[in-house]
Amino acid sequence: MTAQAAAKGNAEMQVGTDVMLELSGVNKWYGQFHVLKDINLTVYRGERIVVCGPSGSGKSTMIRCINRLEEHQRGKISVEGVELTHDLKNIETVRREVGMVFQHFNLFPHLTVIENLTLAPIWVRKMPKKEAEEVAMHYLQRVQIPEQAQKYPGQLSGGQQQRVAIARSLCMNPKVMLFDEPTSALDPEMIKEVLEVMIELARSGMTMLCVTHEMGFARTVANRVIFMDRGEIIEQNTPEEFFSHPKSERTKLFLSQILHH
Amino acid sequence: MSDIPMSTMEPGTRPSLPPPVTETGIIGWMRHNLFATWFDALLTVLAMVLVYLIVPPFVNWTIVAATWVFPPDVITGTRTAQFSDCSANAGACWIFVRARLPQFFYGFYPADERWRVDIVLIMLAVSIYGLLSERVKNKKVVGWFFFAAFPILAFWLLLGGLGLQPVPTRLWGGFMLTVVISSVGIVFSLPLGILLALGRRSRLPVVHMICVIFIEFARGVPLISILFMANVLLPLFLPQGVSLDILLRILIGVTLFAAAYMAEVVRGGLQALPKGQYEGAMALGLGYWQVTRFIIMPQALRIAIPGIVNNFISLTQDTTLVAIVGLYDFLNIVRAGSRDSKWIGTEMEGYVFCALIYFICCFAMSRYSMYLERKLHTGHKKR
Repeated sequence: MTAQAAAKGNAEMQVGTDVMLELSGVNKWYGQFHVLKDINLTVYRGERIVVCGPSGSGKSTMIRCINRLEEHQRGKISVEGVELTHDLKNIETVRREVGMVFQHFNLFPHLTVIENLTLAPIWVRKMPKKEAEEVAMHYLQRVQIPEQAQKYPGQLSGGQQQRVAIARSLCMNPKVMLFDEPTSALDPEMIKEVLEVMIELARSGMTMLCVTHEMGFARTVANRVIFMDRGEIIEQNTPEEFFSHPKSERTKLFLSQILHH
Repeated sequence: MSDIPMSTMEPGTRPSLPPPVTETGIIGWMRHNLFATWFDALLTVLAMVLVYLIVPPFVNWTIVAATWVFPPDVITGTRTAQFSDCSANAGACWIFVRARLPQFFYGFYPADERWRVDIVLIMLAVSIYGLLSERVKNKKVVGWFFFAAFPILAFWLLLGGLGLQPVPTRLWGGFMLTVVISSVGIVFSLPLGILLALGRRSRLPVVHMICVIFIEFARGVPLISILFMANVLLPLFLPQGVSLDILLRILIGVTLFAAAYMAEVVRGGLQALPKGQYEGAMALGLGYWQVTRFIIMPQALRIAIPGIVNNFISLTQDTTLVAIVGLYDFLNIVRAGSRDSKWIGTEMEGYVFCALIYFICCFAMSRYSMYLERKLHTGHKKR
């Protein structure tokens, strides 16, 4: 797909006008180390944002702050108007609405695939078991591994595990999905199957925030690419502008390193 | 097929052949395991000599040359058995164990009331079977019975009262007392240990401090001194007129002591879990207790099984220390039996018998834990 066609395809996917996520003036320190420096980001419903940048630039930390796996020390983060504070109730409300997919899947190895998928709907959403299982099977079908429902995660390939992890998040019917380098722990031949699921998800209108180095994915579905370095958002733009006319020197350097190897 | 040299075949067409004979079967096994080097061979021979020196005399003493049956006049009831009845044989005097078996089992529990002990032990055995066996499906019912109804029922039956003749705990003894102390210790120390382990990892400073102080104190003091304290010191702290039964004091002491060790084993299991498990669960919106109950504990306890069962086993054996505060547990009552003037000289028999019974109990626990580990292993193997 050419960049123009991609941009056209991307634009066709609906982006709403209502704010889904808002980070304003977010700062975070690990001890003395200033990891996030004045992060300002607004995400609208239906947006697909790819966050990239060198390792240690704070991109994972930023999205982990959104569901409070990390705590920010200054600034404001709100998800659909609910502000993240020390209030446990708010944190749990936000986590229910925000799905997250991790680099290392973080499936529960002592539960079968179907149990992994139904646990949270049953205990957090108070869904009857039977209904939860129907929902789970629906999403397993969507990630194309319904036949693995009764297996344990340890019996699946990395790509299958990551697809189960995506399905597990979807079972909670989240309004936003966060992806924290979902393909970096996978063997090359398995990256594609996970990306296909993510692309399909993007086309269905899910609001997505992905930390990834898969630039092909960014071109195909993102409507905004964010470049971070040393705790700051350096620049953000549409994918075609970002890749063909990067503004800052740091972005150019980064792109040259990841695109020409 | 195997006579065609592999090197002449096309790549991709080479068949899988069986391994050479010297690598498999009994000869292969011996070559690998017994005679791999001259040093291994030497060790093998030495070990065989050692086995030859030890095993036949032991078998002779315990079985071949042992006295197994009572003399005729004892059987007819004209007199009671004694050590001199064994003088005809050079081996072990097992009639000592046979004559004293009821006492070894029930201690000084009144003979007419011993059926109550039998019922309790049978209930215990049945419910343990119900909890552990895969063939019993309704674990919830068994669990409720075992953890709620059984303790009350058992203590009513053993202690008496409410229509049953009261039997004070100073009459309890023998194997039955050992079972009571170790099962109470096991059943209460595990949940307490789990709470202590969670408390030690808590971010609430007060909870954390209390748990750390308790664990470190209990681990820093020998069990014997805890038993002494439970026996002597605890009554001093209680208000005047309130007196706790000595056995109850010992049970509390043993349980708290075991709980501290259990807490550290469970903490080891908790720390072995990757952080991603907490994050994965929390990201789904599960609360602290839900994460703990569904995700963390099942995995942490699975990892900690060898350590937990190790604690159970050493707890069972540590119950012998209650002899020091004057309780007649299994070991102590056997020892006392062989000091009876009629049975002077049967100490060896007593100890061997004790060792055998303790071994059976502890070995069973150990095997069950290995089975459980295999069963709960979901990493890569199919169930």
